[in-house]
Amino acid sequence: MENLVEIRGLGIKAQTDSGRMIDIIRNVDLDIPAGEIVALIGESGSGKTTLALSIMGYLRPGCRFGGGTISIAGQNIMALSEKQRASLRGTEIAYVPQSAAAAFNPALRIMDQVIEVTAIHRLMSPEEARQRAIVLFRALSLPSPETIGDRYPHQVSGGQLQRLAAAMALISDPKLVIFDEPTTALDVTTQIEVLRAFKDVMRLSGASGVYVSHDLAVVAQIADRIVVLKDGQVQEEGRKADILTAARHPYTRELLAAFTPTPAAGAKADADTPRKGYILEVENIRAGYGARDENGEPRIIAVDSVTLKLKAGQNLGIIGESGCGKSTLARVISGILPPFSGSIQFDGREIAAAAADRQREELRKLQIVFQHADTALNPLKPVGEILGRPLTFYHRMNGKERDDRIDQLLDLVHLPKSIRYRLPSELSGGQKQRINFARALAADPVLILCDEITSALDTVVAAAIVDLLKELQKELSLSYLFISHDISTVRSICDEIVVMYEGQKVDQFPAQALGDESNHQYTRLLNASVPRLDPDWLDNLDISGFAAMGR
Amino acid sequence: MASIASVFQRYGYRFNRLGLCAAIVILFWIMVALFAPLILPHPVGKIVDYDFYGPVSSAFPLGTDYLGRDMLSRILMGTRYTVGISVVAVFLACSIGVCLGMTAAVTGGWFDTIFSRLMDALNSIPSKLFGLVVVSGVGSSIPALIMTLTVIYAPSSYRFARSLSVNVNTMDFITVARTRGEGTFYLIISEIFPNILRPVLADFGLRFVFIVLLLSGLSFLGLGVQPPHADWGALVRENVGGLSYGAPAVIFPSLAIASLTISVNILIDNLPQKIRDRS
Repeated sequence: MENLVEIRGLGIKAQTDSGRMIDIIRNVDLDIPAGEIVALIGESGSGKTTLALSIMGYLRPGCRFGGGTISIAGQNIMALSEKQRASLRGTEIAYVPQSAAAAFNPALRIMDQVIEVTAIHRLMSPEEARQRAIVLFRALSLPSPETIGDRYPHQVSGGQLQRLAAAMALISDPKLVIFDEPTTALDVTTQIEVLRAFKDVMRLSGASGVYVSHDLAVVAQIADRIVVLKDGQVQEEGRKADILTAARHPYTRELLAAFTPTPAAGAKADADTPRKGYILEVENIRAGYGARDENGEPRIIAVDSVTLKLKAGQNLGIIGESGCGKSTLARVISGILPPFSGSIQFDGREIAAAAADRQREELRKLQIVFQHADTALNPLKPVGEILGRPLTFYHRMNGKERDDRIDQLLDLVHLPKSIRYRLPSELSGGQKQRINFARALAADPVLILCDEITSALDTVVAAAIVDLLKELQKELSLSYLFISHDISTVRSICDEIVVMYEGQKVDQFPAQALGDESNHQYTRLLNASVPRLDPDWLDNLDISGFAAMGR
Repeated sequence: MASIASVFQRYGYRFNRLGLCAAIVILFWIMVALFAPLILPHPVGKIVDYDFYGPVSSAFPLGTDYLGRDMLSRILMGTRYTVGISVVAVFLACSIGVCLGMTAAVTGGWFDTIFSRLMDALNSIPSKLFGLVVVSGVGSSIPALIMTLTVIYAPSSYRFARSLSVNVNTMDFITVARTRGEGTFYLIISEIFPNILRPVLADFGLRFVFIVLLLSGLSFLGLGVQPPHADWGALVRENVGGLSYGAPAVIFPSLAIASLTISVNILIDNLPQKIRDRS
């Protein structure tokens, strides 16, 4: 088959603020056969988005080409003028961004934005474009395709908006569509609908595609070929089936290994947990946001009558989609958001609703770790100071004793001692999350609330963090309340799983029982929605039985 | 010049040429304010020329004023008043504004409400008018001038610091510190202040410019520094009669005001940037 895109020896350089040139793409060769979808996969910073954008002849500010050729349908795009390149963008090559919410103008109707590109390039009359858009809306299985274009971006859901962004890209019938992590920000159940729609519409249009993602399972559903990138270089390239079954490169193997289910932590016997009884009992918690009415109830109720119990030395997982109230529950337990009714028993005693009213010992034993290490670490404090503060605050450590303990903590989370002089901005995402966790350990807690701590990390890095959590639990006899939307992570670390939906607890079961017939309908929907490495998974998936749920 | 830039680079900062020039001008005026008595060519109040509004000459490099006093000496001495009063006033205004602003953002509740409304009320009074009323009420003295300038500029500094702190206050590391049980004082000093310091410093410079201009304006109206002393604004006023003669005596104090305020403005727009690429 003839190649639509041929990239030979492509290099892209960027200038840092000290004037040094660095290579972000090095000597990349890439072919995209007509009608096929090629996936670019790699961790953040591997250059996958830069490479995808360069196919349109577009470089982000501060970058420049460092040699090589990019030819599209026999035309070398790097030899063209900027004006000629602009005439290709939107007509021959189209782009679907990661965040459709940020890509749509909130002040204009969706239809006007979807057909805008046809007006810019004078491709067809507005009426024709509108008819074509409605056909695309229907192909993307959007609800009420005739009228959805009359709405504003905030009036449709995130998954719908992502599909509308695809319609915007496809309106001009391009030869190549570039998808830049289009489902990364979506819930698993929404991701399925979007992936299906993308797959169908790409099959219909016969266009080639570039699909950028860090999620191998998602890529396995939609791509024909997979290109693995690391540090701006192609590590491995091949047909999907070859990569998934016979990966040769160690990095690809690592990516694949992160998907093989690890044995549940529940395997460890209760005998080696010294404490008995419940460490945390949450009873009938109701909490929410907004102004209070005369009964003291807030206008928006985020957590509705949730009751939980967590045994000492065990782990409890809470899963659910975004907006189900799982993070609010963590904020209630840690005292950041006092509930308006219900009680919290911690370590055998009832504790005050607000953190400000709790005793220092209670605060010390109950620590919370947030999702985004970027905002959870003060950007202007070196690591040593970040870890040292809880030591001074709770344990009155100073001087040598404190320094030794900081070294120990860094050792516990597998980081070198030298890192203590660095600022958070000088660390990688995984290192930051380790520091974030080490700060909670510094307090010597008995319970750690982990609020989506692996969600912002790449697959391989997240797997390493989960392994670290398990290892530390054995050493320090901790309990975790592990909140995540990622069911496989929760299963690998928790003894018991709670499922939340629209603020309520809908299901609770031991981790081993996940996938049983006894699971609640919604739990089964969530479980079925997690992408599998099996390339036929999406096509064979039947979730029609769950369609009545939610939505 | 290039060598100074490379010194900055060695310590991990990048400082562009424009900012460097502005910094040199500011440093020059600070040195003048500190060492003026040592470098005066003539006594500041002494009539040294028989002619008034004298031209630029080798004896009097900046000409003479309306009484025949040496303009260079008067500008050198005037620096002390202009820079001194402004620095003290801007320091007081920013310290009060930033401390209250951070406290209001962290504590919230009634403290925040009361202080914010109070500061809004003060902010709504036109600054020149307020200065005029106070100085004509209690008379013009250096402490009165400093207090007036402080009261005029503290509210906007409060607003600025509060809005910055409110943004930092919603960050997760503040929430973590709160659930650790930290007190308000620690939150303000250790978590918030370092994170708003850079914009606050830029605001400090900008506010200094406003204060120099307001002080010069008050002096020009005769309500600022009183004779026989004179700051730059008062020097412009004293010699404004020389405008029709094309006397240098009115030009040079104006240039002094312009060079200082413009340099401060340029410097805050071009502060040294930390180089993030360390390898």
